[in-house]
Amino acid sequence: MDDKDRELLRILEENSRLSVEEIGSMTNLIPAEIEARIHALEESKIIRKYTTVINWEKAGNAEVSAIIELKVSPERDFGYDRIAERLSRFKEVRTLRLITGTYDLQLMVSGKNMQDVSRFVSEHVAPMDRIRETATHIVMKSYKENGNTLFEQQEAERLPYSF
Amino acid sequence: MRNFVSDRAREIPPSGIRKFFDLVMTMDDVISLGVGEPDFRTPWNICESGIYSIEQGVTSYTSNRGLQTLRDALSARLASQYQLKYSPDDEMIITTGVSEALDIAVRAIVNPGDEILIAEPSYVSYAPCVTLAGGTPVPVECTEEDHFRLNPDKLLEKITPKTRALIINFPNNPTGAVMKKEDLEPIADILSDKDLLLISDEVYSELTYESSHTAAATVKDLWERTITLNGFSKAYAMTGWRVGFLCAPKDICDAALKIHQYVMLCAPVMGQVGAVEALRSAEDEKTSMVNEYRLRRNMFVAGLNKIGLTCHVPEGAFYAFPSVRGTGLSDVDFAERLLKEQKVAVVPGSVFGRGGDYHLRCAYAVSRKDLSEALTRMETFISGL
Repeated sequence: MDDKDRELLRILEENSRLSVEEIGSMTNLIPAEIEARIHALEESKIIRKYTTVINWEKAGNAEVSAIIELKVSPERDFGYDRIAERLSRFKEVRTLRLITGTYDLQLMVSGKNMQDVSRFVSEHVAPMDRIRETATHIVMKSYKENGNTLFEQQEAERLPYSF
Repeated sequence: MRNFVSDRAREIPPSGIRKFFDLVMTMDDVISLGVGEPDFRTPWNICESGIYSIEQGVTSYTSNRGLQTLRDALSARLASQYQLKYSPDDEMIITTGVSEALDIAVRAIVNPGDEILIAEPSYVSYAPCVTLAGGTPVPVECTEEDHFRLNPDKLLEKITPKTRALIINFPNNPTGAVMKKEDLEPIADILSDKDLLLISDEVYSELTYESSHTAAATVKDLWERTITLNGFSKAYAMTGWRVGFLCAPKDICDAALKIHQYVMLCAPVMGQVGAVEALRSAEDEKTSMVNEYRLRRNMFVAGLNKIGLTCHVPEGAFYAFPSVRGTGLSDVDFAERLLKEQKVAVVPGSVFGRGGDYHLRCAYAVSRKDLSEALTRMETFISGL
């Protein structure tokens, strides 16, 4: 892990579809070295996955998302880990974090519609052992996801020439 | 009726790219590499602080020198980053961009008939500023063989008993050239030996890609004979905020302050508030902008060389300065035809003075997608020659 690796990660995080040739011209590294470095980063699980940020609402297939907060009684020897790992196996759970504050675990859950989400919470999450309390917040509108703003911004006017 | 335009105003040449400007305004789908400013928006925390200050009614004049908080923060930053020691109280003025700083610096030191040396190719306002102040601009050519650095022998050749000062700008607009400590040392010796003043415009100091910037005033004993100019426009993508600064020994700073207070009074207050925030919290954003410029530079310069426009690797600023000598066209003809035939706007190098002819200034402060498209269009243009 060195500065060149970190530079590759920054480039890929912004756009993982660039070819090794394109990355090569930006970094002055030869394609074979870039391939080897990326392979090593994948092997070491620093690169977890290549994915796409999609505005599903615009694609006409909007899902309903909710933030679910849980109060959990931790288990002796395991703390929150076992219950969190169990919850994270549900495909409906997109993000799961242990947090400070009133609640212990925070889940981002998504489903086809509101009924879907509430059924998931009431049938699968709430009845689990050690879960003492749940709070469900339905997402009404998303303005920014993973560093990407989802609203249109007007381009600022720039002079075609300036010195 | 008499012609009321002054001789000095008449003496200043018109902008070298007026006709390009008019032409580009009639066209669609132009990719412009002619823009000398960052394509990033000002980091939001800076914008937010400006908006908040307006809401709080911070809308009046500041002291002539500029906000005390800004000068204190700037003085500390210059010391920690460049080992530049300037007192915030009497060796520093916040100006309306570096443009104003340059103007008041020149007017503070030039007597009628003085010769002011200008390392060229250079930013277009140096010579007119000298002319307006009653001085005579004298170009010193920086050549491609020297990687557009200032060559001490060429400097010596141009010094006469009338010479008073030298203006330099590294990292350089338009060439991207950088002068390291060892490059500045022989220049420092000459300036001391001939008792000349240095005006060093370092507005691109944060944009270096191979090594960190050397402030001219830190080299040998240049401090006592240097006026350092710098600003927030390029590093923090704040061109429209108009905040620059001038630092100099007290006697020169006092003289420049007199001119500043009569012609400008103070730099815009919201710009100054934004600049304080820039120093306080925009380092990460600045670094990520610099990293992005580096990637674009590598990609663009490699691309230029590949399509036959030889280009040295610019170590700073955000300009590539390729040669068009191999194409058989002059820089002006090349730029005009490239715009008309392939809709790519670049600035002919001769606009920037001696040593600029047969070169193009291409600003790579545009998206990678546009850079890549510009290269494709340039290749098409060259292969059709």
